Amino acid sequence: MSTANTVLPARGFGIGGYVTCLTGILWRESLRFLHQRERFISALVRPLVWLFIFAAGFRQVLGISIIPPYETYILYEVYIAPGLIAMIQLFNGMQSSLSMVYDREMGNMRTLLVSPLPRWFLLLSKLLAGTLVSLLQVFAFLLIAWFWDITPPPLGYLTVLPALILCGLMLGALGMLISSGIRQLENFAGVMNFVIFPMFFASSALYPLWRVQEGSPLLYYVCLCNPFTHAVELIRFALYGQINWLSLAVVAACTAMFTLGAILAYDPGRGFARRAPAGGET
Amino acid sequence: MEQDLPGSQHMPASESAAIPALSVTGVSHAYGHHHALADVSFDVASGRFTALLGLNGAGKSTLVSLITRLYGIQTGHISIFGHDIDRAPGLALRQLGVVFQPRTLDLDLSVMQNLLYHAALQGIARGGARARSTDMLARIGLTERADSKVRALSGGQMRRVEIARALLHRPRLLLLDEATVGLDVEARADILRHIRLLIADEGIGVLWATHLLDEISADDDVVILHHGRVLTRGAVSHILSQTETSDLDAGFRRLTIAADRRGDAR
Repeated sequence: MSTANTVLPARGFGIGGYVTCLTGILWRESLRFLHQRERFISALVRPLVWLFIFAAGFRQVLGISIIPPYETYILYEVYIAPGLIAMIQLFNGMQSSLSMVYDREMGNMRTLLVSPLPRWFLLLSKLLAGTLVSLLQVFAFLLIAWFWDITPPPLGYLTVLPALILCGLMLGALGMLISSGIRQLENFAGVMNFVIFPMFFASSALYPLWRVQEGSPLLYYVCLCNPFTHAVELIRFALYGQINWLSLAVVAACTAMFTLGAILAYDPGRGFARRAPAGGET
Repeated sequence: MEQDLPGSQHMPASESAAIPALSVTGVSHAYGHHHALADVSFDVASGRFTALLGLNGAGKSTLVSLITRLYGIQTGHISIFGHDIDRAPGLALRQLGVVFQPRTLDLDLSVMQNLLYHAALQGIARGGARARSTDMLARIGLTERADSKVRALSGGQMRRVEIARALLHRPRLLLLDEATVGLDVEARADILRHIRLLIADEGIGVLWATHLLDEISADDDVVILHHGRVLTRGAVSHILSQTETSDLDAGFRRLTIAADRRGDAR
């Protein structure tokens, strides 16, 4: 059995090949999202329940002082809207990672991973697709919220877009990183308890950090270290045409870190690729 | 329907014949302390049907995962048409079409949508992809099911779609891992007939991982894998003369029993 001395002529992909692949992945994820109406509805109902019920009840309990970026006293509903937007993206990121675990169990993930395009590019495309889906959900929420008197400046709907993309990427990358470490769908319930709930509640999504500091200095520092807090604040400021530089730096750094971690975790020879196959395949 | 697809490569037949479609050299793989493959070496020639024969647990799926770069190679080398899968994965994978053991189609998308998605992953632009998909569906006799949800297809039809999908980008090596598992006799024969026609028509190399001896014909090449080791490799006639048996079933038994007695088992 001879070893080849010659090889087929090399021909790499042009930029067109990358664009085709990216648009193909975006198209597929959008189609899947549109086919899963229940997913869209539940993605909307969750924050709306918080907005219509929780915020209405909590309004009288928690007073919000004038804090940046707000220039006047605001209703509690207005305060938690950015947190609920970030919550949509958090759940979407985790939903994406859940679908990656499902795809891996069902085998669909292999189709993606055996593409000849670089794996980092495939994973980034998948992240972008997840972010696109989260944007659709967020703007549907903002539309409904507008009828509930949550009316940021018109320009805010545009200035919030880059913040949403960055936060969507960060939370999607976190989900992807988590999915690389989960072998079975059954284990995913733990993500709810150990990732989603702690991230959401130990943040500025539901209450301002100065309020937290008054109650528990330790929790205040936990909230400060939580990247989700900074996603909420980045969105909050961007919705009013401002930039929270600290939050931007934290979210950008976390996005880079989680994305790099996910790419390494999905690299053959590292992370998930090293584990024994499930389901009796050997 | 000839299209200049990104996956297609043109070269003289003589040059094609000189390069093994697949070359596996000294590959070992372990999951912790469990050794799934030990020093596996063999080639797959262009225009040949090579059966990777082994019982369940022999290491076939691990080998498939290494060839497709789902797992990283721990020891040894794998190259496809001379392109090392580790050093030039893009160039190697472009030559490869794969049908995995588990179904890998998106059940909620239509047949055509599945094919177009795969074409996009291969960098094939939409216009060419649609034409090529239509062409492939005609070849596997599923033109009328193009807009059907995959979920509505039978097991045999799904496999045919997966084969069509694997061939969309004109690979020169086709890898099928237990592609007929769960299919009835007629569907199995149908899939095998399609694959053998492809070899005759297009001269592609095929690596067919299976544990079913009746899927192997007299003029095929065979690699027998047992407990992660290659027991023998070559044409069926070579294996028969090596084992001094009259059929592959008996030859396979003789080799595996002897290996077990020698203690080749992990």
